[in-house]
Amino acid sequence: MNLFDSLASASFYAVLVGVLATATLTVMVRNLFHAAIFLAFTLIGVAIVYLFLRAEFLAGIQILLYVGAIMTLVIFAIMLTSKIGDPQMPQSNRQGIPVLMALAAAGVFLVSMILKMPWNAALVIQKTDAVELGKALMGEFVLPFEIVSLVLLAAMIGAIVIARSDQ
Amino acid sequence: MTIPLNHLLIFTSLLFLIGLYGALTRRNLVGILMSIEIMLNAVNVNFVLFAASLSPKAGQVFVLFIIVMAAATASVGLAIVLAIYRNQKTIYTDQINLLKW
Repeated sequence: MNLFDSLASASFYAVLVGVLATATLTVMVRNLFHAAIFLAFTLIGVAIVYLFLRAEFLAGIQILLYVGAIMTLVIFAIMLTSKIGDPQMPQSNRQGIPVLMALAAAGVFLVSMILKMPWNAALVIQKTDAVELGKALMGEFVLPFEIVSLVLLAAMIGAIVIARSDQ
Repeated sequence: MTIPLNHLLIFTSLLFLIGLYGALTRRNLVGILMSIEIMLNAVNVNFVLFAASLSPKAGQVFVLFIIVMAAATASVGLAIVLAIYRNQKTIYTDQINLLKW
C-alpha cells in the first residue's frame, strides 16, 4: 500500500466518522437552528461519500437538492416557527432512555450480523457518468421518470393549497 | 484504494439508527422531518453501495428518484407544519391533539 492509498483511506474513514458525529449532533442538540446547520454538514459529508463511491453526478445532485433546496426549506420553517415558548422548553420527549436502549440493541445486532456475514464479492466500483444516467432515465426508466414528475406536480400543488391562508 | 463493504454497511446502519433516534425522541415537528432526511440519506448510500458492483446505472437512477421524493416530502411536510403552527400556535408533537379521538 503506497502513501496515496493510505492517505485516501484515512480521509475516507475521517469522512465517515465526521458524518456520524454531525448526525448525532443533529438529533441531540437543543437549538433547532444549530441542528439544521449540523444537518447541512451531514448532507455534505454524504455527498463526499458518494464521491468516494464514484457517483459524481449523485454527489452534485445531493449538494444541489439537499443542501441547496431542502435545507433552505427547513431553515425557513425553523425561522417561521421559532418564536414558540422559551428556550428552556425541553426539545425531546421522555422516551429518550428506552428508545436509546432499543436502538443500541438493534445496532449491536446489525453490526454483529454484518461482521459475521462472509461478503464474498470485493467491492468493484464501476464509474457511471451523467450521460449514461440521462440515457437510462429517458430510455429504460422512462415510466418511473414520468410518474415522479407527476408526483412532483401534485406535491407542488398540495404544498400551495395547504400553506395558503384561509380567506 | 479499495473500500471495504462491511465498514460502509456498518456506517449506514449507524446513520439510520441515529436518524431513527431523532425521529422517535424529538418533540419538534421540524426536528422529526430533519431526522427522516438523515434516515433517507443512509438508505441512499446503501443503495449506491450495493448497486456499485451489480448495476450502477439502475441504483443511481433510483437514488435520484428517492432524492426527488424526499424533496416532495419535505415541501408538503413543511407546509403542513406551517399550517399546524398557524392554527394551533404550537409544533410540539405532544401538544397537538387534533386527531386524538
